[in-house]
Amino acid sequence: MRIVVALKQVPDTADVRIDPERNTLMRDGVPSIMNPFDAYALEEGLRWRDALGGEVVAITMGPPQAEEMLREAISIGADRAVLLTDRAFAGSDTWATSNTLAAAVRKLGGAELVFAGKQAIDGDTAQVGPGIAASLDWPQVTFVGRVREISGGRLLAERFVEGGFEVVECPLPAVLTMLKDANVPRMPSLRGKMRARTADIARWGRGDLELAPEETGLDGSPTRVVKIATPEARAGGEIHRGSPEELARILADILLGGEAGE
Amino acid sequence: MHYHLPEDILAIRDLCADIGRKHIRPVREELDRENRFPTEIMKVLADSDMFRIYIPEAYGGLGLGALALCIAAEELSRVCAGVATTYAANALGAMPILLSGSEEQKKRFLPDLADGRKLAAFALTEPDAGSDAGGIRTKAIRDGDHYILNGTKQWITNGGEAKIYTVIALTDPDRGPRGASALIVEDGTPGFSYGKKEDKMGIRASATRELIFEDCRVPAENLIGREGTGFMVAMKTLDNSRPGVAAQAVGIAQGALDEAMIYASQRRQFGQRIDSFQGIQFMLADMATQIEAARALVYCVARMIDGGAKKFEKEAAMAKVFASDTAMRVTTDAVQILGGYGYMKEYPVEKMMRDAKITQIYEGTNQIQRNVIASALIRETASREK
Repeated sequence: MRIVVALKQVPDTADVRIDPERNTLMRDGVPSIMNPFDAYALEEGLRWRDALGGEVVAITMGPPQAEEMLREAISIGADRAVLLTDRAFAGSDTWATSNTLAAAVRKLGGAELVFAGKQAIDGDTAQVGPGIAASLDWPQVTFVGRVREISGGRLLAERFVEGGFEVVECPLPAVLTMLKDANVPRMPSLRGKMRARTADIARWGRGDLELAPEETGLDGSPTRVVKIATPEARAGGEIHRGSPEELARILADILLGGEAGE
Repeated sequence: MHYHLPEDILAIRDLCADIGRKHIRPVREELDRENRFPTEIMKVLADSDMFRIYIPEAYGGLGLGALALCIAAEELSRVCAGVATTYAANALGAMPILLSGSEEQKKRFLPDLADGRKLAAFALTEPDAGSDAGGIRTKAIRDGDHYILNGTKQWITNGGEAKIYTVIALTDPDRGPRGASALIVEDGTPGFSYGKKEDKMGIRASATRELIFEDCRVPAENLIGREGTGFMVAMKTLDNSRPGVAAQAVGIAQGALDEAMIYASQRRQFGQRIDSFQGIQFMLADMATQIEAARALVYCVARMIDGGAKKFEKEAAMAKVFASDTAMRVTTDAVQILGGYGYMKEYPVEKMMRDAKITQIYEGTNQIQRNVIASALIRETASREK
């Protein structure tokens, strides 16, 4: 069984600050980490590989330094890793990113399962996992809190929705996006770290993936980020004290007075 | 200090630091309070391959040697010496098999220890045989293709938790220490049971128990080396394990200095941070200097062992004495710097001070270490004068 885990390297948001002048993320000196949701996707992939056999291939699209995160994935237990890196991928939105990752799955010779995190903590779109499924024309199960069973070419997963969960059955191959706390991600092992240091990380560009220029990168991205703005900090509200009757009167005055004033 | 450690060893240090932060620090106070064995943490260490580092590759290990083990013991001790003792006692229990076991014994026992599927323990001490290890009374009398074991071992680290015990017993009681032999005894062997679990001052996460042998039949193929070599096996084992105890002491001391530095930077008295006072600064500077000197000695001895040295009993004893005395001094000073807070269980330094004490006592008291060092010095001088 081939299990692909799609990962993203993100700035550690615990350390991120916004440049107040330019309204952009100040990434300088901020450490990069594996997107926390992706750690659960990786662990889920490793568990099913351990149970069913086969291999886990970690893939990411990103700049050359994302290789560091792929080595971390190998130290944790991934069998191999592929870095999708090319200037032609720059400016990809979620659509183009999904196309590119899906092309990598095809180039790997397909897979039975693709695991991804629910969303990345920098973009927060939660679109790339579903996008990969759409691009491959595979079924998808999003917001997975638990994979109950994988057997006979089908899987059974618990998909968390407001107030409960749905039990979803679907045929393989499929794309699953994982929630936090779906499992307990394992630590790297010493043998994993030793292997990660010398492992060959394949690098594929647009040509390797046989993607047309309009299918990836800026040209393949139907959306544009036009502006990034920080919402203005809210001014502190008024605080009133008194008996319920007094407070009701004050509130009514403010509300009615405001309406009347307009 | 930059020790130019190789990549594999740096990876061990990073992993142990990670395990310490994520898995040990949150529970160390509870383990200490409840005298609770860290089963879950041993599982994490096993999954991280930490039990493989001192076992050769041929038996499922990574064969990384003495320095690697020292770094792991140091880094774990920095967070909790009780957990580190539990871990390092496995290396101690495996050592007789590693050093003197037959090929068949290595193949039979080491892979399970490398995996961490089974824990090991070393059993030498008895109620009346501590520093005078020659005074052991446990007997192992040959009966056909078995040895019949009778006696009690005391204060055995990992007792009751380990599955594999290397036990020193008299196969020829008339010959005293020359009649001692080392045997491998597995948990569950009929006639082998455990006595009371000790309630200790420090390293309380580690299990310390009596082993009781009552007509316990051990297969003769579990004899390590030849009959009569048991005392030699035990001494060689301790020579090899002492740098590990020394590394543990360095880790405890470093952990205490870490806490003292943070506290001294935050605590304000007389309107300023207490680390701005020369009295505190001199204490911190001495603590750091002593720790670095101890660490340098420990790494040096470990590298001497890894380099293939045949004789290193003197150096191993020096490392153990120096590092453990340093740990006791530094942890005492750390409590002093934290003052009343340091004396309270809400802060970790009082535990570190309690934990440090054992490093001056076990695997040969520091007085015995000084005997070892002095007799080596006297021997060296005598051989020069010839």
